[in-house]
Amino acid sequence: MASSQPTAATQSAPAPRSRVGERRKFLSAPAIVFLIAVTQVPFAMTIWYSFTNWNLLRPASTGFLGWDRMWRNFSRILSNPDFWTILWNTLFLTGSVVVLSFVFGMMFALLLNRPFPGRAIARTMLISPFLVMPVAAAIVWKFLLLDPSNGLSAWVFRSVLGIQSVYLVEVAPMLSIIGIVSWQWIPFVMLILLAGLQSLPEEIVEAAQLDGAGPLRMFVNITLPHLRRFIEIALLLEVIFVLSIFGQIFVVTSGGPGIRTTNLPYQIFLEAFSSFNIGRASAYGIFAIILANIAMILFLQVVRRHRLEGTS
Amino acid sequence: MIRSPVLRWTLNVVTLLLAFVMIFPVLWMVLTSFKTETMAIAFPPRLFFTPTFENWVQAVFNGPLLEFMGNTALITVGSTLLALLLGVPAAYAMAFYRTDRSDGSMLWMMSTRMLPPAGVIVPLFVLFRNFNLLDTHLGLIIVFAGMNLPLVVWMVTGFMEDLPFALIEAARLDGANLWQEFSAVLLPLLGPGLAATSLLALIFTWNEFFFAVNLTTRDASPLSVYVSTFKSAYGDLFLAKMSAAATAAVLPVMIAGWVAQRHLVTGLTMGAVK
Repeated sequence: MASSQPTAATQSAPAPRSRVGERRKFLSAPAIVFLIAVTQVPFAMTIWYSFTNWNLLRPASTGFLGWDRMWRNFSRILSNPDFWTILWNTLFLTGSVVVLSFVFGMMFALLLNRPFPGRAIARTMLISPFLVMPVAAAIVWKFLLLDPSNGLSAWVFRSVLGIQSVYLVEVAPMLSIIGIVSWQWIPFVMLILLAGLQSLPEEIVEAAQLDGAGPLRMFVNITLPHLRRFIEIALLLEVIFVLSIFGQIFVVTSGGPGIRTTNLPYQIFLEAFSSFNIGRASAYGIFAIILANIAMILFLQVVRRHRLEGTS
Repeated sequence: MIRSPVLRWTLNVVTLLLAFVMIFPVLWMVLTSFKTETMAIAFPPRLFFTPTFENWVQAVFNGPLLEFMGNTALITVGSTLLALLLGVPAAYAMAFYRTDRSDGSMLWMMSTRMLPPAGVIVPLFVLFRNFNLLDTHLGLIIVFAGMNLPLVVWMVTGFMEDLPFALIEAARLDGANLWQEFSAVLLPLLGPGLAATSLLALIFTWNEFFFAVNLTTRDASPLSVYVSTFKSAYGDLFLAKMSAAATAAVLPVMIAGWVAQRHLVTGLTMGAVK
């Protein structure tokens, strides 16, 4: 595994330092310029806009707030109790999905990490939820499964449990969103942990078995330490992407009731495309970027550490 | 590892059962798409029934599904090609002409993929408005190419580094120029890798919703936007048609994912896990 990492592979090939190389290393320039244009330029503009009072509904309001009032968008947001609810929603949603998908993802990965008839088909079935278009997953859950009169849950409540049908989206909106998103992200964690389990060298497992290690000690002392990097990568990537969950909320609850399922991306969507408040939406965007960057910096550290290990 | 055959078989059955539970919502959606509308809301829900293709005919020929699918196809293919066009040369430089800055550039590219879409949607909207890109295919092609470019660079760099450098040296001794070296030596060997990379880019692009819904209104909207419009459907008689449309939207990517299974992990972690 580690030996096929980029750095390791190139070091075995002699780096050609010819004049050809001097020119060809610039083949990466178009990609870098393009990425700067579509990601860094908008990022810089977000920062700039967050210090303006620009509102598309008030064409005159395009300007910088002024040095004395430049933080107004931020102070308005921070002094709004809704912001803290939205921030909590974002963190609670992400945290719950990460925990649930880790528990079930680990379970599925362990179950799949044994040869048995039907393993390939089980694996294929288990990864499928991740491939479902998020908005399609959302309408399927909302209308076909959870709908209180026509959904399958109505049958479960009335015929199986023998109680009144309950509309879970109404009773527990946040938990419904967490459930749907977790259903989609369990396979993601499972796939990465399975790759980790399958890279565990056979000799180590056999040696530990010879030493008389039971399944539990084996898992805690051998499997888990080996999986550490895979767990870190899976969970940090998941945090980054689940922080940006939007489609499921848009379809299932529209952020409601009230703001009970509004997360940062949904709030930014409302500020920008319902209130047309470019300045305020950008200031919210800065908070979204800060959150994602915390996870991203940790992730890049893991990747860098792993690449350094790969060269040794 | 587990010696008792009873325990082993119990675990096998449990695994298959859990796998069935996980994929059940998808199966239920496909099943519902072949019901009549009245059958779709029947209580108790029917598992066995005479399938009808009425909803599919309705959804495909009487609805706007094909238009949206055409948009999705155009945007997906266009953005994947653009990402390959920019990303493969970059990967070539990263794999064979490393400099002190290559590692930093690679990590920086990866970091751009992790920028939250909500953090840049406002300026993108403004830029699109100024450049007349709102509700155009070209606009989404540019954004999605940017989204997939880091993936392409990371994956293709990995595939190139797995190739023996001696092959390239041999081609150079024969006097091959850059294009000959690429088209005659690298491309045939990279074929499967490029295919896997393209499939993964296709999956991400096809399913994307946030940029799509905010940067298009109707003419260039992809399938994901169309599927989301069912959220405000009223009345009881749309479940089967909705299921047909959703199945049509989900199935191509699901098949692509099954085909690219082996590369899924590499793609999802951008090469951090192989």
